[in-house]
Amino acid sequence: MAKEAEILTMRGIVKSYQMGDELQVILKGINLSVQRGEFISILGPSGSGKSTMMNIIGCLDSPSDGEYWLSGKRIADMNDKELAKIRGREIGFVFQQFQLLPRLTAVQNVELPLIYAGVSQAERNKKALEMLDRVGLTNKIRNYPNQLSGGQQQRVAIARALVNNPTILLADEPTGALDQNTGEQVMGLFRELHAEGRTIVMITHDHNIAKNASRIVQILDGNLTEG
Amino acid sequence: MIKESIKMSWQNIIHNRMRSFLTALGIVIGVMAIISLITIVQAATSSVTSQFSELGAGKLVVSALGTPLKKGLTDNDVKGLLEIDGIRGVSPTLNFSTDVVRNLMVEENVTVEGRNEMYFTENPKLIGRGRPLSLIDMESKNRVCVINPDLQEIIFPGEDPLGKTLKLKGITFTVVGVIDDEVTTDIVSAIQKSQGRDVSEGKAIIPYQTAMSMTGANSITSLEIFVVDTTRNAEVKADTERVLNQAFNYKEDSFSILDMDSLLDSMNTMLGMMTAMLVGIASIALLVGGIGIMNMMLVSVTERTTEIGLRKALGAEPKQIQMQFLAESIFLSVLGGLIGMLLGLLLSAVVINALDVDFAISMTAIGLGFGFSAAVGIIFGWAPARKASLLNPIDALRSV
Ligand SMILES: Nc1ncnc2c1ncn2[C@@H]1O[C@H](COP(=O)(O)OP(=O)(O)OP(=O)(O)O)[C@@H](O)[C@H]1O
Ligand SMILES: [Mg+2]
Repeated sequence: MAKEAEILTMRGIVKSYQMGDELQVILKGINLSVQRGEFISILGPSGSGKSTMMNIIGCLDSPSDGEYWLSGKRIADMNDKELAKIRGREIGFVFQQFQLLPRLTAVQNVELPLIYAGVSQAERNKKALEMLDRVGLTNKIRNYPNQLSGGQQQRVAIARALVNNPTILLADEPTGALDQNTGEQVMGLFRELHAEGRTIVMITHDHNIAKNASRIVQILDGNLTEG
Repeated sequence: MIKESIKMSWQNIIHNRMRSFLTALGIVIGVMAIISLITIVQAATSSVTSQFSELGAGKLVVSALGTPLKKGLTDNDVKGLLEIDGIRGVSPTLNFSTDVVRNLMVEENVTVEGRNEMYFTENPKLIGRGRPLSLIDMESKNRVCVINPDLQEIIFPGEDPLGKTLKLKGITFTVVGVIDDEVTTDIVSAIQKSQGRDVSEGKAIIPYQTAMSMTGANSITSLEIFVVDTTRNAEVKADTERVLNQAFNYKEDSFSILDMDSLLDSMNTMLGMMTAMLVGIASIALLVGGIGIMNMMLVSVTERTTEIGLRKALGAEPKQIQMQFLAESIFLSVLGGLIGMLLGLLLSAVVINALDVDFAISMTAIGLGFGFSAAVGIIFGWAPARKASLLNPIDALRSV
């Protein structure tokens, strides 16, 4: 059904919550297609349903209605175990609060997705070091998260998101916890990754940040509009 | 993945050293209690039963209280007993106490036992030096005796008593044998010996017939029956009862038969029951320890909700999350179990040493200790691990 280059397809995605007697519809039938190599921003104000959408894209949550294909797979058909595999292989998450494990060093944090992908210790270490090198943290590999600046932590998180070579880099407010300068550096890294051919889906409420993307979609009152 | 789980759980246990230690302490105490109880009771049991069976295996002890008309068993009755199938022999006993005199030395209230030659055949290790009393001694009512080392020390200090004489009730006896220092033939002295108490009591054994004529007794009130095959104890016992009933005209309470093997059996059963009860009580400590582990694991799952959510986002399957937490609780309780086992063995070695019995590491105890602690880890770790594996990653990630 999906075209060759189309790696993410959403058709009529609805997400609603039953709150007491009232049914709250957060996403009201979203249609979205993402092509391989695109850098797309999902822009919207607070409470508009951005994170809800990111959870569905990242296979962390399932929609109330609608169809979602990722890399040609119909997500609704997947069981818990298969969903875990898809999250590990297809999606690289970057969170607003970095979400590094405080007891692990930078390189150990980057290795995490490879553990669940069943990669051997030696191979894990090699790939993690390569990825930390890619984000410019070669000299910080043994640092613990609390020994890194916010920008450095987010770069470790980006290295972790990319280490398993996922289909999509999925970022929710990646600059939300950073000052403007550091945020700019992280955006620079995103643009580089885009230039290298990565597919990036970035969620933000900040128009200036969204402008880094090659394409912007806006979410408002549960509806998605192009541009 | 199992390697990774173990590594992760080890890191977490180390990170929460104090908490892990306190949690494992419950298991340590439980396993220590079980191990030491089993080891101590087993050591004591085997030492008591081995002593016991040395004394009494394959033996029926008959006490003939008699009736007003017939005060004991006659020689004829003994012949009747000897005809029972599966009997090797009968040894009557007649005890009295008297003063032993030699030259100018007097030892008061020495126990004198009248025994027949069968008694010596049945206790082949009894005589340390010299010879036992023989059938000829019985039949010709020889005035010979066997004395124990205590009496030797008192009456013949620094001398060789063999061939020398002493006087019992004014009658001169020749010493033909000395009892081996190490051998104990009755339960009371065996128990006293096992408790390290040294009772210095003189004893002399003389031919049974001689003793009868010395005391003027004309019937037998106490005898031992030696059974050929202990598995047929019950039959022999029944036959003995029949013969004795005939002898005493079916009068109630005229005799009693003590079956050493069934006594040993019931003692073993009792000790087994006691062990089971003690282990049951000790298991309560283990149960409490398990609840402690469960509690800590639940706290750990709550504390690490975000971590669990993140791991799931990074591709961890529910099973892998469950494995990580289960590994942690098993690790913790087996660690506690190993420490408890070590302490338990140490404690029982000390206690057993003080009791003066042989220390043997019981494989049952080690198996139980290890099995119990692993089982506790699995049982009490299961629910928290399952809870962790079922956490919704969105809720988990949102809880930052
Ligand atoms: N589990 C839930 N139950 C009920 N309502 C929910 C639930 N999760 C989200 N919502 C509602 O969905 C709406 C969208 O939430 P969402 O987190 O997607 O917003 P957002 O666009 O990411 O906002 P922000 O920019 O502040 O992060 C909110 O009104 C929120 O109250
Ligand atoms: Mg949000």
